[in-house]
Parts: sequence; structure tokens; C-alpha cells
Amino acid sequence: MRLEKIGKIFDPGDHLLPDGCISHAQSPQVLLTDDGVRIYFSARSVDATGGKFRSRICFVDMDIGFRRVLGVNRQTVVPLGGLGCFDEHGIFPMSVLRNGAEVWGYTCGWNRRVSVSVDTAIGLAISRDGGLSFARQGDGPILGPTLNEPFLVGDGFVVRDAEAYHMWYIFGQRWSRERPDAAPDRVYKIGHAISPDGVHFVKDDGVPVLPDALGPEECQALPSVVRFGGTWHMVFCYRDIHGFRTDPARGYRIGYAHSPDAKNWQRDDAALGLGGTPGAWDADMQCYPHLCVVQGEMLLLYNGNGFGKDGFGLAKVHL
Amino acid sequence: MFRWHKLGKVFDPRLVGGRSWLQEFAQAPSAIILDDVIRVYFSCRPPPDAAGQYVSYSAYVDLDRADPTRVRAVAEQPILTLGGLGCFDEFGTYPVSVIRHGSRFRAYYGGWTRCESVPFNVAIGCAESDDGGKTFTRLGPGPVIGYSQDEPFVMSGPKIRRFADMWYLFYIAGTKWKLVEGRPEPVYRIRMATSDDGLTWTKLGQDLIPPRIEADEAQASPDVFYRDRRYHMLFCYRYSTGYRSHERGYRIGYASSDDLLHWQRDDGLAGLEPGADGWDAEMVSYPHVFAVDGRIYLAYLGNQVGREGFGLARLLEDRDAS
Repeated sequence: MRLEKIGKIFDPGDHLLPDGCISHAQSPQVLLTDDGVRIYFSARSVDATGGKFRSRICFVDMDIGFRRVLGVNRQTVVPLGGLGCFDEHGIFPMSVLRNGAEVWGYTCGWNRRVSVSVDTAIGLAISRDGGLSFARQGDGPILGPTLNEPFLVGDGFVVRDAEAYHMWYIFGQRWSRERPDAAPDRVYKIGHAISPDGVHFVKDDGVPVLPDALGPEECQALPSVVRFGGTWHMVFCYRDIHGFRTDPARGYRIGYAHSPDAKNWQRDDAALGLGGTPGAWDADMQCYPHLCVVQGEMLLLYNGNGFGKDGFGLAKVHL
Repeated sequence: MFRWHKLGKVFDPRLVGGRSWLQEFAQAPSAIILDDVIRVYFSCRPPPDAAGQYVSYSAYVDLDRADPTRVRAVAEQPILTLGGLGCFDEFGTYPVSVIRHGSRFRAYYGGWTRCESVPFNVAIGCAESDDGGKTFTRLGPGPVIGYSQDEPFVMSGPKIRRFADMWYLFYIAGTKWKLVEGRPEPVYRIRMATSDDGLTWTKLGQDLIPPRIEADEAQASPDVFYRDRRYHMLFCYRYSTGYRSHERGYRIGYASSDDLLHWQRDDGLAGLEPGADGWDAEMVSYPHVFAVDGRIYLAYLGNQVGREGFGLARLLEDRDAS
């Protein structure tokens, strides 16, 4: 496996985004269109009172070669949930797939808590206009906490094969503080759920799909999976539990695993070999990866420094 | 119509003493019958914190089988600890419903967390006891009944039952948060789920009881029992606003069903109204019906939704007519 970095391909600062979005283009996720690609991502607005961020889904249309921006969304793509809903305070990320004439979006909704900062759950939103706008399917989630996954169920990534819908997602295991006076940090792992209809998913409930590389406190996020060349490939990002916002050595980097059957995974981060390019947009951090196959090539989109504050980039993955 | 003979308030948490976690409230009574006592679980609160916020615990009081107005013992400690940091039940375990399960007891409870834009959220957890129902251990850190597309928040008020070989959970699910004078108040309705093992649940996905007094009527405490070849439900309901008053506060309603799915509401048959004065004059709520030694009792809350405790009434049957 050999990685060929193309570089940063989208900077949200170059575009006027709706819904008051002022920064970030996190977790790019690709939908093929008739004449190119539509790349969904999460941008951020700032609350008028309190100053906290809300993530909102946006998209950019590009040519099939990812060279030219054709435009960004001009209107709301997915509305946030109402008072008390799981997705009231943001949607980040969203996984998309075509389902007949519809586009289905699996959203990760954020809601703010008091003793810890947030909780998340996975919702479903459906578009009947080719992915321009999505309607939330209910005020509640399709996947949330269960007996052995108490909180922070999110980052759902859905793949349909002949028999079923597979979802890889993350679930929280615990919140803990680095120091008694520090804000709580969370530990989350990648899980797997399966569904006959794409709506009702059954989880493994508390069973991580991958082994830890950094020990039990490793945080694993944003799984993205494709089947290519007869093998299932997964990328994800992982980091230390504490200090990840300020210390590049403890921050996100991108991991990799492969599987013959979508069930049993072999983790091999070194095989992908994605590191930062010194001095470049991805020097200090690589996170929120997305795998897709476009025109017979496996492509990796990802965010760089600052959790994607300044956009996302592209690399080709040669097997 | 049920004819209830009120026996008065039987338990007042303010009079117990020696338990810092049990200062006020004895909410949502739920009974199991033991060899020599009736164990009535309830939920209570320590004093509020500096910000005026409560946590809630669940505990029990043992009543004499021959004279249920006599308190025989009060739990020495809560039956369940609060949940861990960030968990659904970090700030409260209320209400609780207990059922015998082989040699053990199993409790279903509402777990409370605190949110930023609304004051709280609730999901339903499960815990088991192997010491005769004195203390319980949760089966996992997360809930067994959580949120879904049409049950988005405030999943609470569980009542666990077994009919034939099936587990039934009656509960309430929030339908919306309504801003009342700038303050979010939840509206909730009675729902049901079924299970083969009490752990993996299939939600029915329908409101069981249509609202009667207003579109945003809030309903709670769906207490179902089987008698005379029918299913009966007592529950409580109130207006969505101004409900801390006599006029708009909780009342006890009634519905019946042949199949547990389709219910006929007829509140006039419930037969338990607020008293003319005293501990249950302001409102009556959170009904729970249980049978012991050939008699049927109704436990319920009075003023301020059980701040001063719960009381009992006994069903008057034909043999009482003379």
C-alpha cells in the first residue's frame, strides 16, 4: 500500500457558507453525483449567547477529479433538532449513501450536558432532492445508548452490501479527568451494528471492533469503510485521552485496518503510513478520514491541523 | 367504578430521621409482597444543593401485612447508587418498579441526567438484587430503554409486569418540551414495550391513552393489573401548565383493555379523588395497585406530588357492602 498526498483541496475560509457558519470543514464525506462529487462536511457557527459552537452540515460540489470547486450549499442542508432533542446543538459528522432515488444521511447529533460537556446519538435524515436538503426522520435517534454503551454513540458510517446494512460507529466507555480540577475527557471505541433495512440497527453492545494501539485509554473515532480489491478497508483516527488539543504528540493521527469479511479486522496503522508533512497544513494533526472509490481509485480525504478548522485534503491510496 | 376506602397517609419521609438522603418526598410507590411484610419502594430526595437542584434516590418501607398502615421498617440506605460521571442516571434514580425474577429481584428505574438547554433528560435502566430486594446492582452503565425516532427524550415512569410468559414495560415517553413562561416543561404520554427476557425490548410505538383534558396533557404512572378477565390501568394526568395547583394538578385516571394494546379510557371509574382537606386535598397521583392476603390496596401520592409521603386506600368489594 502506498500513499500519494495530493494536498489540501478545500478551505472553508474561501467561501460564504449559510447558517452563520464561519469556520471548519470537518469530516469530509463523498457522494458521487452525475457530473462530479458532492462532499459533505461540518462547519461551525457561534451561538450569540454563550459563545459556544454549533456544527452544521454543509457541502461543496467538485469535479470528478477533485480539482475544481463548483459551488457550496446556499441553504440549510440538515436542520438542527428542536429544544431538548439529541441533535439540538450540532450535527457532526454525516455519512451519506444512495438508496434508490433518495440520499440517506446518518447524522451524529450533539446535545450539551452539565456534568460533562456533551452527549451524542445517531439520527437518520433523508433527501429527496439529490442531497441538497435532508428531512430529519423523527425527533429522536435511530441509535443511542444501551446497557453496555452508556453514552457518546456517534460517528455512524453506513455501508450496504447484498445482505445487510453495516454501521461502524463509536461508543463512549468512560469520562475521566486528567487532574481533579480538569474538565472531564472521554474514551470512545469503534463498534459495529447491523440492520436489514438501514433504520433498525442491532449493536454488538460494548464490543470494540479494533485492538488498542495506545492502551485502554486510546480514543478511536470516525471509522470509514470501503470494499475494494476484494478486501474491506477501514480508516479511523485515534489519540490519547488527555492533552490532545494542545500537544501534537497526543493528538489525532490516522489508523488503518483490513478485513476479509467485514467482521474480523486486522489493525495495521503503519500499512497506510499517513504522517504529517512538516510545515504543511497537516503537519501537527491528521484526523476525520474518509475512504471512497472514485473512477477505480481508492481515495482518502482527511482533516489536518486544528481538527479541520482550515479545511480538508486528499490523498490517493495505491494498493 | 372502583370504590376505595381511604386509610390515610401511611408514610411520611420527613419523620424518618437519621438518613441524610431521605429528607423529603416518597414518590411513585411500588410494592412487592414478602413473607411477613409488604415492601413498598419509593423515591426520595436529600435537601437541594446550593444551586437548588435535587438528586433522587430510591428506597423502601416495609409495611405490616395484617395492617398495612403500620410501618415495620425503613431502608437503611438507598437501594441503588447514582450512576457514574456522564451516565444517564448520574443525578437520580426515580421512579423504580420491582419484580420478582427467580430467586432475585429486578428493578427498572428512571435515570436522570442534567442538560444545558432543558433541565434534565431521563432513560430507563435495570438493576438486580440478590439480597431479597434490599440493595440492587445495575446490569450495565447504560439504559435498557433509551431514545428512538418517535420517543426522543424523557423516557421515565417504568412499571414492569409479566403476563403469561411475556415481559411488559409500561412507561412514559416525552413528546415535546413546551416553553412555559420561559421555562421548558416536558409533555409525556404512556407507552409500552414487550420482551422475552426483560432486557431486549420491542417498543409498541403508540400512545396507549389519548389525552382528555387538553392536547398537551401529561400522563404518568401507568399501573396495570389483571382482574376479572380484563386488564386495568390506573394512571395520573395533569395540565401542561400551572400544574402545581389544585385546579390543574394531578388526578387519577382509568382505562381498561382486553389485549393490552387497545385501551378504553374512562376516568370516572378510577374512584379516587382529592380529599376535602388534609394531605391529599391538593392533588392525587402516582397510583399503584397491589393485592395481599385477599385484599386489594391502592398506594398513591398526595399534595406536592409526594413531598409529604404516600397513603393507602383499600378496595371495597361486594363483601364489604353490608
